[in-house]
Amino acid sequence: MSRQLEFDIFRYNPQEKGSVPHMQTFVLDETENMTLFIALNRLREEQDPGLIFDFCCRAGICGACAMVINGRPGLACQTKTIDLPERITLLPLPVFKLIGDLSVDTGVWFREMYQSTESWVHTTKVFDANAIEERMENEVAEQIYELERCIECGCCVSACGTARLRDDFLGAAALNRVARFVVDPRDQRTDRDYFEIIGNDEGIFGCMGLLGCEDVCPKGLPLQNQLGFLRRKMGITAIKEIFRK
Amino acid sequence: MQTYYSDLLVIGAGLAGERVAVEAAQDGFDVICLSIVPARRSHSSAAQGGMQAALGNCAKGEGDNVDVHFGDTVRGSDWGCDQEVARLFADAAPIEMRRLAHWGVPWNRVVPGKSFYFKGGEKFEKEEKEEKRGLITARSFGGTAKWRTCYTSDGTGHAVMCTMDNRCAELGINVFDRKEAISLIHDGDVCTGAVVRCLRTGELEVYLSKATAICTGGFGRIYKATTNAVICDGGGHIIAHDTGVVPIGNPEAIQFHPTGIVPTDILVTEGCRGDGGTLLDVNEERFMNIYEPEKAELASRDVVSRWMTHHMRQGKGVKSAYGEHLWLDIRHLGDKHISTKLREVDEICHHFLNVDPRKQLIPVRPTQHYTMAGVRTDKDGAVYGLKGLFSAGEAACWDMHGFNRLGGNSLAETVVAGGIIGRKISEFLQGYETDFKTSLVSDAVRKQQDRMEKLASGAKGKENVYKVREELQNALMDGCFVFRNDAGLKSCIDTLQGTLEKARKVGLVSSGAGANHEMAAALKIEGQVKLGLCIAKGALERTESRGSHNREDYTARNDKEWLNRTLAYWREGADMPELQYEDATPCYEIPPGDRGYGGGSIIEADKAGIEAKTIKK
Ligand SMILES: Cc1cc2nc3c(=O)[nH]c(=O)nc-3n(C[C@H](O)[C@H](O)[C@H](O)COP(=O)(O)OP(=O)(O)OC[C@H]3O[C@@H](n4cnc5c(N)ncnc54)[C@H](O)[C@@H]3O)c2cc1C
Ligand code: SF4
Ligand code: SF4
Ligand code: FES
Repeated sequence: MSRQLEFDIFRYNPQEKGSVPHMQTFVLDETENMTLFIALNRLREEQDPGLIFDFCCRAGICGACAMVINGRPGLACQTKTIDLPERITLLPLPVFKLIGDLSVDTGVWFREMYQSTESWVHTTKVFDANAIEERMENEVAEQIYELERCIECGCCVSACGTARLRDDFLGAAALNRVARFVVDPRDQRTDRDYFEIIGNDEGIFGCMGLLGCEDVCPKGLPLQNQLGFLRRKMGITAIKEIFRK
Repeated sequence: MQTYYSDLLVIGAGLAGERVAVEAAQDGFDVICLSIVPARRSHSSAAQGGMQAALGNCAKGEGDNVDVHFGDTVRGSDWGCDQEVARLFADAAPIEMRRLAHWGVPWNRVVPGKSFYFKGGEKFEKEEKEEKRGLITARSFGGTAKWRTCYTSDGTGHAVMCTMDNRCAELGINVFDRKEAISLIHDGDVCTGAVVRCLRTGELEVYLSKATAICTGGFGRIYKATTNAVICDGGGHIIAHDTGVVPIGNPEAIQFHPTGIVPTDILVTEGCRGDGGTLLDVNEERFMNIYEPEKAELASRDVVSRWMTHHMRQGKGVKSAYGEHLWLDIRHLGDKHISTKLREVDEICHHFLNVDPRKQLIPVRPTQHYTMAGVRTDKDGAVYGLKGLFSAGEAACWDMHGFNRLGGNSLAETVVAGGIIGRKISEFLQGYETDFKTSLVSDAVRKQQDRMEKLASGAKGKENVYKVREELQNALMDGCFVFRNDAGLKSCIDTLQGTLEKARKVGLVSSGAGANHEMAAALKIEGQVKLGLCIAKGALERTESRGSHNREDYTARNDKEWLNRTLAYWREGADMPELQYEDATPCYEIPPGDRGYGGGSIIEADKAGIEAKTIKK
C-alpha cells in the first residue's frame, strides 16, 4: 500500500493579479479508500489553501465535482485513486466558463438551458387542492424518472465535439431534458412545439452521433437512445412542416 | 458595489427555499433566491428515501389519515415538538404531494395485484387494489404506523428538487448561485436584507429586501463525521445568531445515523439492517444481540448508534487511517438480494470503497445526520427577534420534530412548511413598507470588508482555519455525540472556549482573492464554534434523555422539569451563550406518554398542568 501520488493540476485564478494558466505538481501519500475528494481536500488544507475546486454532496449525486481526470471527464468524488496510476492529471471541464483552477460555471449554462428548452410541464390545467391526484401508470412515472436522473454535471457537454465547436449547440443534456417532457403525458406541448425548440442545427440536427456524451455520463443515462428518438420524431415533424407549406 | 432589490430575499435554494419563493412569486411578489451551489445541487437532492404524507393509497397504507401521521410525528419527537405545528404539517402534507404531482414530480404509483416485500429478512405478500391503480403509492419507513412515504424510485429528493427548480424557472424567479450570505442587514428590530459574497469573484454585494427568509439547511459539517454535503455548514444560522437577538432553538437536538461509511460518511440505508444485515466488531463478532437481545440491529437509529459507540469505547472498534469503525455485514443476503433490493448500497460500496458487499464487509460508524436544532420561528415561520425575517426547512426550528425527527418527515417538511410560510410571508408583504437606511447598509458592508481584509492580512493572528475547524469537529465528536455526560460536556465546553479564542485569531495562508475557499471557511469559523458551544451548553443544562439527546448520567425523560425548548442567544461580546426556555408546545392534542420504542423511563409531568393545556375534542 501507500504509493506516493503525483498530482498535476491546472492552475489559474482570473481574480488574482499576475496569475497565468499553468500546471502545478503536488505530491501526496495515498491512504486506504482514498478518493479524489479526499485527496484534493487534503491538498487544499495541508499544502495550498488557494486551490479552487468544487465539491458538494461528495457522494456522486449532485454533479458539482466534474473535471477532466487523466484525459476523461468524470466525477472526482467517486473516483478512487487506486484506480488511477501514480501520476494524476486534473483539468477543468472545457466548454464551460472557468471560475478558477478546477472550478467551472455549470450553473449559468444549465439555467440558460432551462429557459431555452422551457424546462417545465406546460399545462392549462389548474391545481385543485380538494381533488385527489390525477392517475398515472407506474411504468410511465418510472420512464420519466429514468430521464430525469441527469445531475447536470456537464461531462457530456464537455466530451461533445459539436459543443466544443459551436457554443450555441444545446448538447445531450438539453436534448435529454426535452425527451423527459416529450414522454410526460402531463405536458401538453405538441411535436411542433418541440420542433420550434430543437428542430435545427443548434438542437437535434447539430449532433454528429459520435457517442462521446453517453460514454462519459456518470449516471449511465441512455443519451444515444434519446437522441435517436428525438431525431426520428423531429425528422418526421420536419417533413410534415415542409408539406404544410 | 452591486445592489439588488426585491420584495423577498430567500437565502438558500434547496426545497424549502424554492418552495417559499414559488409561493410568494405566485402572489406577484418579486423574489430573489441565493445559493452557494446551483439550486439542484442543494442537499435536498441527496434524499433518496422519500417524503411522508397520509394519502393512504397503497395496501399497507390503508386506514392511514392525517391524525395517525400527526400522532407518529408527536411520538417521534418524544413530545418535544410544537403540536400546533405538527398538526399544520400533517394536515397539509397530502395536498402538497398532489401539488407536486401537478407540477411534474414522477411519483411512483399503485400497481394493482400481488407482490412481495421483506421485513426483518422475512418474505411477506401483499395485494394492491384495482380501484387504486395509478394513485401515488408509498413505502415503509421507521417509526410510522402505516406505509406513508411517497417516493420516486431511489431519487425522491432529486426528482422533487428538479420539479421545484423548474417551477422557479417557469415563474421567472431569479435564482443566483455561487452567492453566499455572510451577514444580515438589520437595526436590531427589523431585517432589510443581507451582505453577500460572490463566490465567482470574491466581491461583496448587497441584497435589500422587505422580507428575508433563511432556508440554508442543516449544519452537520461542524461535526467531523456527517452524512451532510460540504455546504451544510451553518452559514444561515450564523448570520441570524450573530445579530444577538435571534435564538437557536434546541441546539442540543442533533440526530445521528448508525451507518455512515468510512471514510467519507456517505449514508448506507437502514434497509441493510431491515433486510437482515448485521453489525460486527474488530473480531468480526456480532454485538447488538448482546446489548439489545430482542431487537438487536433493528432497534431505533439512536439506540443502535449508542451501542455502537459504547462498543468502540470498549476497545472493540476497527482501527483505520480515518479513525475507528465497525463492520456492516450483508454478505449472507446473497447476490440476488444485493443487486436488486440494495442496488444503491452496492453502487456506493463499489464507487467509494472498492468493496464487493457480497464478499466483503462494509466499514461503518455512527454519523451526524440531521439538525433538529435551528433558527427559532413561530408557527408562521417568523423568526424570534427580528421583524421581516423568516426561516423554513432544516435551517429552522419551526419545531415539528422536537428531539427526534422521523425518516421521511424532513423532506416533507421542506415543501409543506415552504408552502405555509411562503403564504405567511405573502400576507406580511401585503401593504408592508420599510426604509432602507443607507448608513445601515454601508456600515454592514464596511464591517464585512474590514473582516475580510483583516483575515487576508492576518491582522488578528495567524491561526489556521482548517486546524481550528478540526478542533471544533473533534471536540463535538468527543463530547456532544451520541452519548453525553456531565464530565464530557464540561470538558467539551472547556476545549471550545479555547477554540473560540483561536477562531477569533484566524489569518489566511493564501491571498483570499477570487473564489477562494479558505476565505469562506474563515468568515464562518467563529460562528461555527459558537454553534458548537450552544450545543454543548444546551446539552449540559438539559439533565434528562429525550429523543436523540442522550445523557448517560440522566437516563430518564424528565417531563416534570424538561418539557420545554431551549433558546440559545449569543449576546454581543459574550463568550458563552445565554440560555432561556419556553414550553415545548402551547397545547396538547396528545398528552405526554410512552413512545412505544427506545426504552427508558419517564418522570411524569404535573398532571393538572398538562390537563389545562389539553385540547378537548
Ligand atoms: C444523506 C441524506 C439522506 C436523507 N434522506 C432523507 C429522506 O429520505 N427523507 C427525508 O425526509 N429526509 C431526508 N434527509 C433530510 C433532508 O434531505 C433535509 O433535511 C432537507 O433536504 C433539507 O432541505 P432544505 O431545503 O432545508 O435545505 P438544503 O436542501 O440543504 O438547502 C440549503 C440551501 O441553502 C444554501 N445555502 C447554505 N448556506 C448559505 C448561505 N450562507 N448563503 C446562501 N445560500 C446558502 C445552499 O446552497 C442550498 O441551496 C436526508 C438527509 C441526508 C443528509
Ligand atoms: S452524440 Fe451528439 S450530443 Fe453526443 S457527444 Fe456526439 S455530437 Fe455531442
Ligand atoms: S446527461 Fe449525464 S453527463 Fe450529461 S449532465 Fe446529465 S448526468 Fe452529466
Ligand atoms: S460532489 Fe456531488 S457528485 Fe461529486
